[in-house]
Amino acid sequence: MARVKVYVPRETAAVSVGAHDVAIEIARQAKERGDHIELVRNGSWGATWLEPLVEVVVDDKRIAYGNIEPGDVASLFDSGFLAGGAHDRRLGPTSEIPYLIDQDRWTFWRCGLVEPLSLDDFLAHQGFKAFEKAVEIGPQAVIDAVKASGLRGRGGAGFPTGIKWQTVADTDADQKYIACNADEGDSGTFSDRMLMEGDPLGLIESLMIAGFAVGASRGYIYLRSEYPLTHRILTKAIALARGSGWLGENINGSGFDFDIELHLGAGSYVCGEETAMLESLEGKQGLVRYKPPLPAIEGLFGMPTAVNNVVTLGSVPNIVNLGGDKYASFGVNRSTGTLAFQLAGNIRRGGLVEKGFGLTLRELIEDWGGGTASGRPVRAVQVGGPLGAYIPADQLDTPLDYEAFIDIGAMIGHGGIVVFDDTANMAQQARFAMEFCAIESCGKCTPCRIGSTRGVEVIDRMVAGVDREDNYDLLVELCDTMEDASLCAMGGMTPLPVRSVLRYFAEDFAAGTDG
Amino acid sequence: MTYEPYDKQLVSDIVASFDARPEMLIQILRGLLERFGWISEDAIRQLAAELNLSRAEVHGVVSYYHDFRTEPPGEHIIKVCAAEACQAMGSRELSAHATDKLEGSNVTLEPVYCLGNCACSPAIMVDGKTYGRVSKRRFDEILAALGNSG
Repeated sequence: MARVKVYVPRETAAVSVGAHDVAIEIARQAKERGDHIELVRNGSWGATWLEPLVEVVVDDKRIAYGNIEPGDVASLFDSGFLAGGAHDRRLGPTSEIPYLIDQDRWTFWRCGLVEPLSLDDFLAHQGFKAFEKAVEIGPQAVIDAVKASGLRGRGGAGFPTGIKWQTVADTDADQKYIACNADEGDSGTFSDRMLMEGDPLGLIESLMIAGFAVGASRGYIYLRSEYPLTHRILTKAIALARGSGWLGENINGSGFDFDIELHLGAGSYVCGEETAMLESLEGKQGLVRYKPPLPAIEGLFGMPTAVNNVVTLGSVPNIVNLGGDKYASFGVNRSTGTLAFQLAGNIRRGGLVEKGFGLTLRELIEDWGGGTASGRPVRAVQVGGPLGAYIPADQLDTPLDYEAFIDIGAMIGHGGIVVFDDTANMAQQARFAMEFCAIESCGKCTPCRIGSTRGVEVIDRMVAGVDREDNYDLLVELCDTMEDASLCAMGGMTPLPVRSVLRYFAEDFAAGTDG
Repeated sequence: MTYEPYDKQLVSDIVASFDARPEMLIQILRGLLERFGWISEDAIRQLAAELNLSRAEVHGVVSYYHDFRTEPPGEHIIKVCAAEACQAMGSRELSAHATDKLEGSNVTLEPVYCLGNCACSPAIMVDGKTYGRVSKRRFDEILAALGNSG
C-alpha cells in the first residue's frame, strides 16, 4: 500500500501551539494502527489562526484540518482522515481556503507548499531556475529587471532596490558583499521568519542572484537570536546547498563563486538598522554609523555592500523568472508589487497575507482578520512596528501605499499590523514607545539616548496630572528634537507613535486624574 | 537546562572553532553562552587575550547586547514578550502573573521584545522554546511541566 502523505508544519508559530506534539502523536498512532504514512514537516501557509494545520494528500489534493491538538489526533484517525474523512475540524482542500486563495503569492508561493529542507522538492518547484536565468541574461539585465519591478526595500525604509544594486555594481572594489538583514525586530512582524522557515533554499537562491548581479562572492545573513528554530533550518539549508554544489566555487558551471555565512544577533533591536547591523556583523557593538558613506559604497569591512531585507531578496527570483513588469502590475502608484502583510495582536484570524499594495487596512483587518480576537471594537492599529503610528479606527480606509501612509503621519514599514481593541490605554502605549527607545537606543546620539528617557518622564507627569499643558508642549518639543537630530530611525521615528497618540487619543493622558 | 562551569580549554576550543577571527566575537560569545549560560569576567579576559582585543572592547560588546548575561541564570529561563502585539493581548497581565508565580523560584524571568510569534500573542520563550497563545492557565501548565510550579 502506498504511503499517505501527511503534512504538519515545522514553523515557529505552529510549533508554539503544539505542532511538534501533533506530529509525534500522528506518527505514533499511525504505527499503532498499522497505517502507512509519510510525515512531511512543511513551512506554514500563513493562516496562523488555523495552526496547527494538518494536511493529508488524497487523490493528489491536500485536504486540511485546522487547529489540531494532540488530543484530537485519535479522533482524526477514527474519522478516516487519511482518506480525507469528515471531521469537525476538516476545512476541505487547502487550495480552497478563502484566507489563502485571495492572496497574490509572489514571494511566499512556496511557503507551506514544499518541504523546506528537501532539495528535490525545491528543484521540483522551480528551484534555482531564476539563478540559471540570471546567469544566462547577465548581471545588468538582472538589475534592470529589478529596477523595472519598482521593488522597494521591504525592511521598512522603502528604498528602491534596483538603484541600490546598481550603486554596488558600479563601485569598483576587490571584494563586495551581500548582507541579508534577518533581524526582524518589529513587533507584529514575522514574514522574514516565515519565509526563512518555509522556503530557506529560496532565500539562498535570492542571495546568489543578488551576489551575481552586483558582483559579490560572499553573502551574510544576520539573523536575530529570538528565532532559534529558524537558525536550525537555515543552518541545514546552507549545508544542503553547499553539499550539492549550489554554494561554493563555480556554481553549476557558471563560473560564479558564492558562499553564505550565517550570523546570529544577540538581542538588540537597533541592529536591524543597516549600519548597526554591519557593525554587529564585524563583531562589534551595534552602534549606528554616520551616513554617508552609504553601505552600497563603504559597507561591511569598508567594502561595497548590498544590504537587503529577507522579503526584498525573496521577491527577486520571480522578478527574474516572470519579469519586472509583471511584478509592477501589482500595487498602486509608487508602491508597486506585493507586500506580505502580517495580521497580529488582538485579531481573530492572525497570519500572513501577501497582497498587491492598494487595499485598505479595513479590508485586511475585517475581511481577512475577522476583526478583533476579543470581539470588541477596534480602537487603534499600529502599522510598521514600534516606530509606527497608532492609527485610529476612523482612518482604516487608508489604502496601503507607502506615500498614502506618509500623508497621514504613519508608515507601512515591514508590513506588521497590530490591532488593539477599545480596552487599550493609549497613553500607556505612548509611554512604551519612549521606554522601548530608551531600552534599545544604541546610545551614540543624544536625542535618542537621553530624549527617550526624558520622554518617559514627561509622559508620566502628564498622566499624573502634573502641569499637563506645559508638559504637553514639552513632549511636542522633545519629539521635534528627536526627529530632527537623531542619527537613525530609532530616535528619529519614536516620535511617530507618540505624536499619533497625542493627536488621536489625547483623552487617555487625562484618564484617572480628571473629573 | 544544565550548564557547565567555566572551563578555560573549552573557551579556547570555541575560539578555535571560529579560527580566532575577532569579527566572530559575537558568535564566540554565543558559543560561551550556550555552554556556560553566562559570560564571566574570566571569560572576558581570556577572549581579549586570545582574540587580540582589549578587555574594554570585549566588555563593551558583552554589555551592549541583551543576550549576554553576566550573572549565572536560574535553572530555567523564561522570557515573556513585552512588545506591542503581545501587549494588545494582555502580556502586561501575563508578565505580572509570571512575576508573582516565580517569586523565590530558581527561574530567571526576563522581558523580550518580540519573539516573532505575533499572530499567536501573547508569546513566551522557555529555555529557548517558543510558546504561543499563552493564557495565565497555560503559563501555569507550562511551568508545572518544568517541575517548578512551587
